[in-house]
Amino acid sequence: MCLAIPGKVLEIERNAQGVRMAKTNFGGIVKTVCLEYTPEIVPGDYVLVHVGFALSKVDEEEAARTYEILREMNQLADLEEAEAEATAAPPAKGDAP
Amino acid sequence: MKYIDEYRQQGLAEGLAREIHRTVTRPWVLMEVCGGQTHSIVKYGLDYLLPKQIELVHGPGCPVCVTPLEMIDKAQAIARRPEVIFCSFGDMLRVPGSESDLLILKSRGADVRVVYSPLDCLKIARANPDKKVVFFAIGFETTAPANAMSVWQARQEGLRNYSILASHVLVPPAMEAILQSPDNRVQGFLGPGHVCTVVGYREYEPIAAKYHVPIVVTGFEPLDLLEGTLMTLRQLESGRAEVENQYPRVVKREGNLVAQELVNKVFEVCDRSWRGVGTIPQSGYRLRSEFRDYDAEQLFQVTGIKTQESPICISGLVLRGVKKPHDCPAFGKECTPQHPLGATMVSAEGACAAYYTYGRHLQRQKAAPAKQSELEAVHS
Repeated sequence: MCLAIPGKVLEIERNAQGVRMAKTNFGGIVKTVCLEYTPEIVPGDYVLVHVGFALSKVDEEEAARTYEILREMNQLADLEEAEAEATAAPPAKGDAP
Repeated sequence: MKYIDEYRQQGLAEGLAREIHRTVTRPWVLMEVCGGQTHSIVKYGLDYLLPKQIELVHGPGCPVCVTPLEMIDKAQAIARRPEVIFCSFGDMLRVPGSESDLLILKSRGADVRVVYSPLDCLKIARANPDKKVVFFAIGFETTAPANAMSVWQARQEGLRNYSILASHVLVPPAMEAILQSPDNRVQGFLGPGHVCTVVGYREYEPIAAKYHVPIVVTGFEPLDLLEGTLMTLRQLESGRAEVENQYPRVVKREGNLVAQELVNKVFEVCDRSWRGVGTIPQSGYRLRSEFRDYDAEQLFQVTGIKTQESPICISGLVLRGVKKPHDCPAFGKECTPQHPLGATMVSAEGACAAYYTYGRHLQRQKAAPAKQSELEAVHS
């Protein structure tokens, strides 16, 4: 029910009732959403949309930062695992005393 | 899709799962508050990636599930009236009332329509001036701005044939009700990311402090949920109980102030009854008295409703995290999404429906070996 998905704002216009609306692209599907709660939005921004309303701008810097933390954590985990395997590995042929 | 695909990468999920295994030293019980989070967890099998000591219990954050039976019966009584066009989000249509549901009424000739947004109802009202258009306004804080705007806009336009049947609920009082319950098992929360997009998370700080419980505001994609779980477990393992934000790409501490302002102009906080839980003080929104002309409860004065719940359904206990869906003897037998006995089986976000949809009723016996093989996959 609280499903909200990110979309890219293409064009902003006012409808017949004077409400600020935007054509917004959700991975190829374009829908019109209400921008009354996100007055700062300009075309090109990503917004989080719930039942036809943009509730928040998607912060690109924060998104990149979270993703980077996750990636680093994964690389670190891979590195630790590789080290553990290297320590536990039996000596290679020819290295025997 | 940008901002979705990045947060579904299997490799990164495996990295997070490994980090969770390294962090955990003892058993913990966590609750994800929101039904959308429950759905993602079960769909992607994220609970199978966690150490065996970690139990995820599923919270009350499914507004379809917690809408009281009396309100559903009231909605049906209004929808039956010949002068009414009754509009609703699609997932409310099949929720069983005491005798029927909205979809059955539609098949018998009632004008019941599914809308994507409450603004669609205004279009219907403009196009049908001789009809009364009523919108079933359910939802948490996330949906309140949209529903408030529909009423505000109707008044601005002088549209007199639109009203809402408001059954809005609020998350923090429900979390407190769970924490105060004598059978509570929850030690940490994955907080509702989209609710907090609107209201921020300042309200959660006193709850974390009072009950000494970590609350991590968490998103809905698999990586968000795993990272939120990791952050909650790190707090528990180190004895901290703070509010943290896993979802800063859309959630700010203060929330959306523009939306909050309009919501507070249109709605006021009231006591609200939750299906399966009972009345929770100050846990909902109703229309302010200056908007009474848009309040379907005032306009239609439905009385004489006698409700009857299924005697075997345990959805109330499932909603509070006390029982799991497969603890219910009717789960997957008398009770299925095609013939639901209670609300947690009706909505796709209800814990019972999520378990059923993703085959958990078939895997009950196989669950343990599946979990083991998943873990091996993670560690390989």
